[in-house]
Amino acid sequence: MPELAPELGAEFSGPDESGHFGPYGGVFVGETLVRAVTELAEAYASLSAKPAFWREFDADLADYVGRPSPLYLAERLSEAWGGARIWLKREDLNHTGAHKVNNTIGQALLAKYMGKTRLIAETGAGQHGVASATVAARMGLECHVYMGAEDIVRQAPNVYRMKLLGARVLAVESGSRTLKDAMNEALRDWATHVDDTYYIIGTVAGPHPYPRMVRDFQSVIGREARRQFLERTGALPDALVACVGGGSNAIGLFHPFLGDRDVAMYGVEAAGRGLDTTDHAAPLCAGRPGVLHGNRTYLMTDEHGQILDTHSVSAGLDYPGVGPEHAWLKDLERVRYVGATDTEALEAFHRLTRLEGIIPALESSHALARAGRLAAEMKREQNLLVNLSGRGDKDIEAVARLEGADFGTAR
Amino acid sequence: MSRIAPCAARAREQGRGLLIPYLVAGDPDDDTTLALMQELVARGADMIELGVPFSDPSSDGPAIQRGVERALAGGATLAGVLALVRRFRERDGQTPVILMGYLNPIEIMGYGEFTAGCARAGIDGVLVVDMPPGEAGDLPALLAGRDIDRIFLVSPTTTPGRAREIIEYTSGYLYYVSLKGVTGAALEDRESVAENIAGLRELTDLPIVIGFGIRDEETALAMNALGDGVIIGSALVEKIEALPPGATGRPEAMGEAAELIGRLRRALDRDTFHGGHLSGNHDGKRVS
Repeated sequence: MPELAPELGAEFSGPDESGHFGPYGGVFVGETLVRAVTELAEAYASLSAKPAFWREFDADLADYVGRPSPLYLAERLSEAWGGARIWLKREDLNHTGAHKVNNTIGQALLAKYMGKTRLIAETGAGQHGVASATVAARMGLECHVYMGAEDIVRQAPNVYRMKLLGARVLAVESGSRTLKDAMNEALRDWATHVDDTYYIIGTVAGPHPYPRMVRDFQSVIGREARRQFLERTGALPDALVACVGGGSNAIGLFHPFLGDRDVAMYGVEAAGRGLDTTDHAAPLCAGRPGVLHGNRTYLMTDEHGQILDTHSVSAGLDYPGVGPEHAWLKDLERVRYVGATDTEALEAFHRLTRLEGIIPALESSHALARAGRLAAEMKREQNLLVNLSGRGDKDIEAVARLEGADFGTAR
Repeated sequence: MSRIAPCAARAREQGRGLLIPYLVAGDPDDDTTLALMQELVARGADMIELGVPFSDPSSDGPAIQRGVERALAGGATLAGVLALVRRFRERDGQTPVILMGYLNPIEIMGYGEFTAGCARAGIDGVLVVDMPPGEAGDLPALLAGRDIDRIFLVSPTTTPGRAREIIEYTSGYLYYVSLKGVTGAALEDRESVAENIAGLRELTDLPIVIGFGIRDEETALAMNALGDGVIIGSALVEKIEALPPGATGRPEAMGEAAELIGRLRRALDRDTFHGGHLSGNHDGKRVS
């Protein structure tokens, strides 16, 4: 736990007992699921009060995931952008290649203690699906992953990884055939198999207690980063930057720093083809509050309350909602939410690859793109910490396709 | 008072089960829905539940999802559903109409504008699937202020303590979800329905109607024997899906959809005649 972090003010101490962050969050689910989410909230409250639970979590993160993940000073990238020093929190080096596994390790422990034998998950880019299939394999649990038919095409390598790990990947053909529809289908599955099934939500959204629980598991990112930064530089970074789809890697980095008022924070949404078009996935920048998937939060919704189709080059950010704590942090003006376009993200993807020898996930490339612009406006002695939430191996085929390169001989 | 309580009281007096068809409003277009509403009433429907189309119907099974997609493709909106009910009311001032849907369209319209619109249209009850009473904010009070009933769901997973809380918020009728799952799934555990309804009878005098998984005479009779009536949704929406092109808006072309409701009406009425409904539950178990 973060010995050095200041106490959080009351405004940042959410959620309240009923799962609300100010007006956001809550439990907006059909009656069949109310008991399941209530039992989950009770189980989490009870287990998370036990130091032994966190010892087991920490041990798994150390021995299985490979934590702590390094803090890396990207000197050539900093030089190229000509401003603040860029530091990368290397979540891409985790087992399975992204921050997602921090959460699935925690929720799998919870499933085990609750006696559930069947795991279900939704996935967009496939990273959360892979992280779920991974913990299911390790614990000998049945695993079913719902994935939009559209995303199955975009992320074929991850689909095969999940199958290798023994999971069943179920193609979702309804609605826009992407992440939001996969989540609808997972909720339907949960209502149908509510007695023996544990639903591992992959982000800080959904009904209470998910936004809080997933945040707690992902906060290991910010706790480590804060300690590492103090050890390396004797001070805190001037600003944090992370991409926001549902927002789990961002909240994981931000949360332990919320009380550090001098640390600025930027959440970067997928601006797609531009925030002035309708082809983006940026509810905090260009949406409005509404209710979807169990919580009240900012959404991409039309004037009739229908959820809009979103667009992003990155499947992991292609979601019309966002975690309710982000909605609250936006209203409190503690975090600034901004966008990076597909083109900007792709540029940043190549920059990091060529200058530092690190291929970033397209999701994380959005954070990098914005970090570049911020860094250029900052002084050379200032420090910018970017969450490199995942590695880009899963994306190279998509990048080759987008840029018209022949995959076999790309560039 | 809305039209629901008098309608339920009449049925209770006559000892007949309530028959409540569910249609997705605007599936595949408003004229078809309007023609069907009128035709279903003519075939013996006591009330009509109208589904408000929402892009992400996460409590609904495939049949209703497809109905919703057809309605949205035809441009259905919440405001359009209210206008549709106004048209229905021009010719039918008596049959209760209940809106069933998800919260986001109501949230975006605004609770005040929504309840005013419902009152103008002649809506009798509102059921918001993903809004448990604890998250309802001032919507129940706004609806009550307009004499519109607040319908909530009780499911096989609802604990007795929670059922008490839900009943406090509920007026009109209590909607009992017959199974663990989504609309249109298979009805398997009938014994648990019987037990749970008996438990609910101890807690309330509200009519209890049963829905999810009722598709034919057999399931309708079995469930009607336990409750005060049945809601039939997915099976009806499947018939609408199968309507031939060109049938839209023509009552005489509503064939199988209308016939399904007619058959169920006759079955429930035969049941009344033979005393099955009356002797099956009601008066013996109701706490006065």
